[in-house]
Amino acid sequence: MKGLYQICMYMTFDRKQVVTPAFVMLDAEGWKMDLERQKSAPIYEALEKFRKKRVVPFDVPGHKRGRGNPELVELLGEKCVGLDVNSMKPLDNLCHPVSVIREAEELAADAFMAEHAFLMIGGTTSAVQSMILSVCKSGDKIILPRNVHKSVINALVICGAVPVYVEPEVNDRIGIALAMETAPLERAIKENPDAVAVLVNNPTYYGICSDLKSIVKLAHEHGIQVLADEAHGTHLYFGEDLPVSAMAAGADYAAVSMHKSGGSLTQSSLLLTNNGVNADYVRQIINLTQTTSASYLLLSSLDISRRNLALRGRESFARVVQMAEYARAEINAIGGYYAYSKELVNGNSVFDYDVTKLSVHTQGIGLTGIEVYDLLRDEYDIQIEFGDIGNILAYISIGDRTRDIERLVGALSDIKRLYERDGSGLVTGEYVQPQVVMSPQKAFYSNKISLPIEETEGAVCGEFVMCYPPGIPILAPGERISREIIEYILYAGQKGCSLQGTEDPEVKRLNVIRQ
Amino acid sequence: MEMWFSEMHTQNVKISIRTDKQLYSAQSDYQRIDVFESPEFGRFVTLDGDIIFSEADEFIYNEMVTHVPMSVHPNAKKVLIIGGGDGGVAREFCRYNEIEEIDVVESDDMFVEVCRKFFPETAKGFEDPRVKIYYEDGLRFLRGKINAYDIIVNDSTDPFGHTEGLFTKEFYGSCYKALKEDGIMVYQHGSPFYDEDEVACRSMHRKAYKSFPISRVYQAHIPTCPSGYWLFGFASKKYHPLNDFKPESFNKRKLETWYYTTNLHTGAFMLPKYVEDLLEEEENS
Repeated sequence: MKGLYQICMYMTFDRKQVVTPAFVMLDAEGWKMDLERQKSAPIYEALEKFRKKRVVPFDVPGHKRGRGNPELVELLGEKCVGLDVNSMKPLDNLCHPVSVIREAEELAADAFMAEHAFLMIGGTTSAVQSMILSVCKSGDKIILPRNVHKSVINALVICGAVPVYVEPEVNDRIGIALAMETAPLERAIKENPDAVAVLVNNPTYYGICSDLKSIVKLAHEHGIQVLADEAHGTHLYFGEDLPVSAMAAGADYAAVSMHKSGGSLTQSSLLLTNNGVNADYVRQIINLTQTTSASYLLLSSLDISRRNLALRGRESFARVVQMAEYARAEINAIGGYYAYSKELVNGNSVFDYDVTKLSVHTQGIGLTGIEVYDLLRDEYDIQIEFGDIGNILAYISIGDRTRDIERLVGALSDIKRLYERDGSGLVTGEYVQPQVVMSPQKAFYSNKISLPIEETEGAVCGEFVMCYPPGIPILAPGERISREIIEYILYAGQKGCSLQGTEDPEVKRLNVIRQ
Repeated sequence: MEMWFSEMHTQNVKISIRTDKQLYSAQSDYQRIDVFESPEFGRFVTLDGDIIFSEADEFIYNEMVTHVPMSVHPNAKKVLIIGGGDGGVAREFCRYNEIEEIDVVESDDMFVEVCRKFFPETAKGFEDPRVKIYYEDGLRFLRGKINAYDIIVNDSTDPFGHTEGLFTKEFYGSCYKALKEDGIMVYQHGSPFYDEDEVACRSMHRKAYKSFPISRVYQAHIPTCPSGYWLFGFASKKYHPLNDFKPESFNKRKLETWYYTTNLHTGAFMLPKYVEDLLEEEENS
């Protein structure tokens, strides 16, 4: 496995006395995962041992191995409800791990080339928010691209940090925001020398990667920590010839969505830290919002998936890449569709491309992505990850089979035959650059009034508006509402995107700051 | 000693066939293939535990997917058989001299080898020089084909196994595109009797009905199929299976058949009330 590792360890981490770039990074053949140790799955093994003891439960959960809820057993199966148990000495406690959970975290850290790994059970949202809350306090500045997941800006609402956006370049043909580039980042750092963190998507939902190594180098030179949102990047740690992972690039934190490409259960995730980050402090931050009744279904799924990735990840992702490349070639052969890949790589705004992603621009057949997404589901019984104005994303994973790929390609071909139309009137952009007027927290908690969306031009927004998926805010609290944004929201709604985030469930009215 | 092969037709119904011996068992890249010898049905082959055909009743199926479209299409020359790994349908089409090309697309080459070895009578269709086998996924094969065939037969049986892609809207759409403007598609339509099968049967009719201007359903009695009752779909851009039916053209050929007759052709489209009802419901949905 390729990677970078550091020789110096930092004794303690102090927020004010930020990391100095004193460590040496080695192009590591260096990081050798202990494969023998990776064969164990301590949480899973402890659960098995516990099950065989047939302990009589006089603790929660109250369904008592399912006996109190036969319908649940019917739905989930006896084995599953039997594993739904409480924290206890032989099974450890996620809030203060000392035995099997601790071991599982150490194994995960080893597998992901991190100093420390935290098992997370509140989705990657909780991992993203914990890393931001670990680094930022009220009033601190954090540099980030605007095309972040809503969980990032939500964290800013919670902690009161102020976003400094680095405007990403937009690819005009496919209409998506691209990577974070180093030149504008450097400008942002110059203008905001007091910034405490840089947050980077690695990769974006669409598969676009930034020059993470250079970003880390630049940030560390200015004493700024680097946080990576790797919600779509678990496989980068295990596949070959894929873009660099955050830990390998030297980032300080990474939020890794194990339940996406890693194969664990929905809602389970990992938070990784490196470079001497104070893990005990991070644990305290996590415990501010984390449940004290962590689900062992989720924890054991993380444990088993980590083992699986460590032992078989390389072959699995080689197959995923092969399927994605095959699908891309077949889709491009249909004509009209554009399944993009490494040809976009240009050294800066697309530093690298994650070829496991199957992102397809659909406007060449005159249809928006969301229209193709709906057709695939309603007419062809195929559910893909998302469709937006210009693109669809089909998630290819270790669970896919070539014959399913044939169905997807066949359906896209049939959609072109039956539904192709003139697309000259289509709106192209996914991304409208916002103007930030105040911090998300200040805006969110200000006095607000509700206005019909058409009448909000010029006002400052007090809440989120986004299409879900992908969950990247079109408007975030504290941003000026422009005519262009209003029209984009109305257009997305009219095309069938699922709009969310506003207090008004129908997204016909917006809360704006009372002037 | 008693040795029985059983296939679950539903959770609560199974068919059991006494067997003399098991002749073959192997796992291919796609499915488990078994061949048995039985006193009642002769040899039969199963895929993942489902009977695909037996020596005793394969003629019903093969005749019904061949002679029905051939007695309607006035000028068929080029035929595509998807999933026809046993060669039986190809054999039946080979009996027509005017057929010039028969393409058989089968993803599982091991299945073809097994049929060649254990069912030479059925697989002899492959020996005809007009027949060409493509070991490929059916959907993939079809994607590049436009306006190419007079008749397409979907010979795949299982809408839930590795051939599920051949029971989808994208499949029917691809067939439509691959057929000439007067082309006919004939396809397995499953059995309408048991609840689970009925759902699949309805969904097939809905998709074909929406994909083709003419879409009718016909029936046959096949003992080893679930409930012993099987439906076929007839979909076409131009020809109606009864209005454009030419019994005299078939009769003057003097082909020997064991199931198909021109009287039966008409009768096969006369469906029981409950079947008519469920098909009509899908047409109006």
